[in-house]
Amino acid sequence: MTQTVITKKYYLFFPKSETEKPIVYNLVKNHNLIINIFRAKVSAQEEGYLSLDITGTPEDIARGLAYVQTFNVTISEMNKGMVWNREHCAQCGNCTAHCPTQALHVADPVSRRVAYSEEECIECMACLENCPYGACTSAY
Amino acid sequence: MEKSMTTEAGTTTLRTYDEINRKIESGKAVVLTAEEIIDFVDQHGLEEAAKQVDVVTTATFGPMCSSGCFLNFGHSTPRIRITEAWINDVMAYSGVAAVDVYLGATQLRHHDPANMYEVGEFRYGGGHVIEELIAGKELQLFALSYGTDEYPRRELRTYFTINDLNQAIMVNPRNCYQNYNVAVNCSAKRIYTYLGILEPHMGNMTYCSAGQLSPLLNDPWYRTIGVGTSVWLAGARGIVYAEGTQHASLAMRGENGVPQEGAGTLALTANMKEMRPEFVRGVSLKGYGVSLALGVGIPIPILDLDILKATCVRDADLYAHIVDYANDYPNRTGKTLAKVSYAQLRTGEVTLNGKTIPVSSMSSYHKAQEVAALLKDAITAGDFLLSEPSSLLPRQQGMKPLQMRGPSR
Repeated sequence: MTQTVITKKYYLFFPKSETEKPIVYNLVKNHNLIINIFRAKVSAQEEGYLSLDITGTPEDIARGLAYVQTFNVTISEMNKGMVWNREHCAQCGNCTAHCPTQALHVADPVSRRVAYSEEECIECMACLENCPYGACTSAY
Repeated sequence: MEKSMTTEAGTTTLRTYDEINRKIESGKAVVLTAEEIIDFVDQHGLEEAAKQVDVVTTATFGPMCSSGCFLNFGHSTPRIRITEAWINDVMAYSGVAAVDVYLGATQLRHHDPANMYEVGEFRYGGGHVIEELIAGKELQLFALSYGTDEYPRRELRTYFTINDLNQAIMVNPRNCYQNYNVAVNCSAKRIYTYLGILEPHMGNMTYCSAGQLSPLLNDPWYRTIGVGTSVWLAGARGIVYAEGTQHASLAMRGENGVPQEGAGTLALTANMKEMRPEFVRGVSLKGYGVSLALGVGIPIPILDLDILKATCVRDADLYAHIVDYANDYPNRTGKTLAKVSYAQLRTGEVTLNGKTIPVSSMSSYHKAQEVAALLKDAITAGDFLLSEPSSLLPRQQGMKPLQMRGPSR
């Protein structure tokens, strides 16, 4: 029986106590998951932030997340690492040429409004330094 | 037609400013945006549009560095004759009367390291103070003086909002550049400019114009936009108070008479207490500095057929020149790489020397559409009357470079 493999995006927050555990290693080794890390950071307070794609069967992903949940880790689905503030966006579109995945793009050629597809964002953060209005910020 | 006059351009007068204003007052004026007039003329023809349409609204929204404001704080007890002033740590010019200051959009915050350590972020400056002022936020005033007999106070620190000020008047020496360069970087290293970050080897391309919506692209020879013209400045009713600095009407122009480079500019003023915060936005340009983005709308009265024809200009007929900002711009070589239409720029890609380059805009076309629609609504509702310029902008004027004199040139 072949099982559908899916890819989902997660944003994990590790409090200080959990940053020393090899959680990602175990996701790969024990749960057959393919991990693609977009961005990771350990703060000066030793808190950890991790933005990643997890690829695997829905069952393996569910088991992997259940494993992660045995630690004191906050799991958020989708991209929470790059925050686009719609109210601050002046709709100039300067970010769109710098966004490698067209996560930030011109929604339609008539209104030329800027739109953001969260699932396309790989958190390269090119938008941050290119936005004149501070509409793109990093959660960490 | 009851009256038949001939204008300097040689076409018959369709209507006068007075007639248009009477129609606006009675709520009967027909107003279209500079986008809508294109489709209207395509569908109904020029003659029909000339009969029906009274006003076309133009607009733009983008960074306009030559902007700022005069503020009057009122007098403290005892009085102070301010000689140095900072608003939220951003210096304001105080070489005017006792409690008047001028705050400029590009002024950096005190102690901003600028580009001293690698590339500066320029997160806060004059443009941001102006944005916060209009948004009604509380700001800090710190001022110093040498003290005089009638102005004995020598130091002052207090907090204020725009409502505490006697006057807050925006006075912008150069806004609404008629057209603008398109920027690329031909060098091997990344550069930081007022047209955004430019990646090496023509990695990206930026432009800054509302194109077919832009005020002076719809009135290329300044027939109706002149000194005294009423404008919509960030929601306030303002005026063109002078030609803008660097107004240079002797520019490269296409067959349609429309400039293909900078050309004309406008000096604008309006009361900041009437402005809307969404059209006054502080700008941070990495490696370059701070600025202020403004929404400006200008109505064009359809006085004759030539004026109407000019407002029908579309992005496909509007061109700008691509300039290398790594060498040709800073060194004023005068070289441009190619000419490109706004229709092409808006596709998001331009092919230059065999390379397809991603393109983006520093000017917000979406916000310009909003401004053009808001101005249209204000005129249609009878809330915004047009004014005839008291003098026209110069049509035969160039721009002088600075001649470097003295031993250290």
